[in-house]
Amino acid sequence: MIQSKDLLGIKELTPEEIYLILDTAAGFKDVLMRDIKKVPPLRGKTVVSLFFEPSTRTKTSFALASKRLSADFVNFSVSTSSVVKGESLKDTALTIQALGADFVLVRHASSGVPHLLSNILDISVINAGDGANEHPTQALLDMFTIQSYKKKFKGLNVAIVGDIAHSRVAKSNIYALTKLEANVRLICPPTLTPAEVDKLGVEVHHSLDKGLKDVDVIMALRLQLERQSKGFLPSLREYFKLYGLTADSVSHAKDDAIVMHPGPMNRGVEIASSIADGNQSVILEQVTNGIAVRMAVLYLLAGVKK
Amino acid sequence: MSKSILDSNDINRAIRRMAYEIIEKNKGIGNLCLVGIQKGGVTLANRLASQIELIENGHIEVGTLDITFYRDDLNTKSEQPVVKRTEIPCNIDDKTVVLVDDVLFTGRSIRAAMDALIDYGRPANIQLAVLIDRGHRELPIRADYAGKNIPTSFDARIEVTLEENGSSDSVILVSG
Amino acid sequence: MITLIKNGHVVDPSQNIDGPMEILIKGRKIEGLYPKGKAPEAEKIIDATKCFVIPGLVDIHTHLREPGFEYKETIETGTRSAVRGGFTTVCCMPNTDPVNDNVAVTEFILDKAKKYGSCTVHPIGAITTGSNSEELTELQALIKAGCIAFSDDGRPVTNSQMMRRALEYSKIFDVPVISHCEDLQLSEGGVVNEGFVSTIVGLKGIPKAAEETMVARDLSLCELTGGKLHIAHVSTAGSVNLIRNAKSRGINVTAETCPHYYNLTDEAIISYDTNLKVNPPIRTAVDVEAIKEGIKDGTIDIIATDHAPHHFDDKQREFDSAAFGISGLETAFALSYHLVRHETIDLKQLITMMCITPSKIVGLNKGTLSPGADADIAVVNPETIYKVDSSSFLSKGKNSPFNKWTLTGSVEKTIAMGKVFDWSEK
Repeated sequence: MIQSKDLLGIKELTPEEIYLILDTAAGFKDVLMRDIKKVPPLRGKTVVSLFFEPSTRTKTSFALASKRLSADFVNFSVSTSSVVKGESLKDTALTIQALGADFVLVRHASSGVPHLLSNILDISVINAGDGANEHPTQALLDMFTIQSYKKKFKGLNVAIVGDIAHSRVAKSNIYALTKLEANVRLICPPTLTPAEVDKLGVEVHHSLDKGLKDVDVIMALRLQLERQSKGFLPSLREYFKLYGLTADSVSHAKDDAIVMHPGPMNRGVEIASSIADGNQSVILEQVTNGIAVRMAVLYLLAGVKK
Repeated sequence: MSKSILDSNDINRAIRRMAYEIIEKNKGIGNLCLVGIQKGGVTLANRLASQIELIENGHIEVGTLDITFYRDDLNTKSEQPVVKRTEIPCNIDDKTVVLVDDVLFTGRSIRAAMDALIDYGRPANIQLAVLIDRGHRELPIRADYAGKNIPTSFDARIEVTLEENGSSDSVILVSG
Repeated sequence: MITLIKNGHVVDPSQNIDGPMEILIKGRKIEGLYPKGKAPEAEKIIDATKCFVIPGLVDIHTHLREPGFEYKETIETGTRSAVRGGFTTVCCMPNTDPVNDNVAVTEFILDKAKKYGSCTVHPIGAITTGSNSEELTELQALIKAGCIAFSDDGRPVTNSQMMRRALEYSKIFDVPVISHCEDLQLSEGGVVNEGFVSTIVGLKGIPKAAEETMVARDLSLCELTGGKLHIAHVSTAGSVNLIRNAKSRGINVTAETCPHYYNLTDEAIISYDTNLKVNPPIRTAVDVEAIKEGIKDGTIDIIATDHAPHHFDDKQREFDSAAFGISGLETAFALSYHLVRHETIDLKQLITMMCITPSKIVGLNKGTLSPGADADIAVVNPETIYKVDSSSFLSKGKNSPFNKWTLTGSVEKTIAMGKVFDWSEK
């Protein structure tokens, strides 16, 4: 039973709610496999995306999810809207509500913006990524993908590799995996390790080979290339040598380990092409599953009594 | 207040009669497919299929259909919907599909089921078989095969239990 | 006008008084203190039944925002807010627009205060022109115009050489240099304390080291120069230790903390309430304990408010871009009286930290009820329990993380330079 009208983060969900979303997504995955990939439950509803950061993948995925549910999808284009004229976030959000939207998808570089909108608005707010806080639908689609291969979460060893400190994807996945009782290992340089992150019940490794030993799932993260100039790492070349996923480093994981990446990838920085395109990679399935999971989220939130 | 309407023997007789009617109306089972509506219709469809196969000494395809995404009460229900599997085992284009459900009431589930089914293909025709028809239709829908017609008050509840799902066969009327 | 405060319990550590007394006020001055029933006739009687009568509070760290940010606060509203909180003297920080780095701005502030102020206002001048760490301001001229201390508060003096010169040069006048200790490179982009909470909320952290490295630098410079250093808004356990150690070596340093640093921990930020955004940031439980210990053992000399009023629009926005600061004048007494109720310190120590020592640091004759002193008095009821309603603040800044908190200890009346403000007769 989803309790909130909003999806702000995995932090706020119970394990039961996560499983409900995954089960519902399975139904939508079936729909996506049909010739007619559309169902009617959100007929007459309007989904508005409010993205303050560029994103093609998440936005397209949500747009398709909305359309497959028969909802109208409108993009509130930030660069061409009055936001650039200095309109406050609050006014923009209230405008979207007044336009008659039922859902607002928000992505913002500042953590907590979905929470702010949630307090201001009566309509459903879905966090499509806020700062270094959370990206809940990415974690849900990752859980869906893991479940389809590994069937269970309890006791599963999952390694998240890369720039954990700046990654909302990592954060949401840490919450999801720990709530579902998987063992989580973070593999990252000390400069990209969030403060006191071990208190979240995860192991922190600075050595890739040791961290990957016997894992069932490897999640790579995108490295923002500007980290180099801020002194987090000396060079991308050195980063790839220490933390890049290669045939050699992945060999420390279990033979049937799957390799995931939220995209877009920097080939040759966090992941070698041979791994990204290799037979352990499930990266493109993640993309497909993303639509089903986002359909499930929209559908379940539509059913929450406001 | 609850009252037993059908017992195990009554249910079996009703299913047997419906099986004969389906065969007779469709002149055999050559182009036939049964689809049980989640979740009350699934067991019933299987039982109906076994009965038909027994009579005709042949095979009939049985599918299941989840209508959750096609319902019109997403915002009004207090319980959040739980999605069940849809499995349509054969191509339903140009087939005669018999939708199977336990109770026919307002007709809204059947409307949803027809919409859902049509998204899987274009059947030659769709028929409807129900164990209990309790009246109170809100849409122009009728059953082609009904096990029993039972007049009820609108707020009463009909509980159909089949032994495949745990306890023994029974149909109980719970007055509202 | 002759006014008598009756039926109260007077506590004035400056005269070692702690008992039922009556205070006679004549005009702007205290005429005398008398045992119960022994005071001469007065034209006006102030009833202080069940209340403590204490010296008016002195805040040496207030942002009055005028000139330049009148939409956030004015000298008129800021001083109204001060007397509502029991303060009778406020020293206002120079980070206005223009910066108070010249005589004209100082005179403007004092002129406004004289015309519209409810209590005494003393300006704090900038250490460097424009507070940009490049050139010293004309200290002599500013002091002559009325500045009582110097600070670039809001920013650190980033240039260590400049800080050294300021500490040296200010010795001519024996005025304190108030340091906002923050390493801007370490704190860059940060909005909350760096730690588990910053990880949870995904907001950029400000490490404790950003404050402590600067405290360490300034203590070294203070030792080197023998200047008069006052460290503003101490927030970390490490800073308390550094200051304690410096004091034990005889370094001429004083330090302040603010009510939010001993009443809040950063866990509250999980709600993303921007009213909790303040610089330095709210720290952890360990720091809160260390701050209290520092208050108890005298490492921290005074309590200041760092009253930083902001407009609603500057706060209801993205956490990253919301303004730093807490509107603090109207809750400071109750939040600090909490320390007395929980026996961290006694009331005399609290009065010392909120009246006597602050006056001493900036060289004022305030913080006392002795005959002949300015009639600056607060009448406080230590038993009143009330719910904070920031919308009813007299300050323009309603930005309080303590909104809806239930506090004990209310300011019933404030007498500022003989003028009576009474909130008990509502």
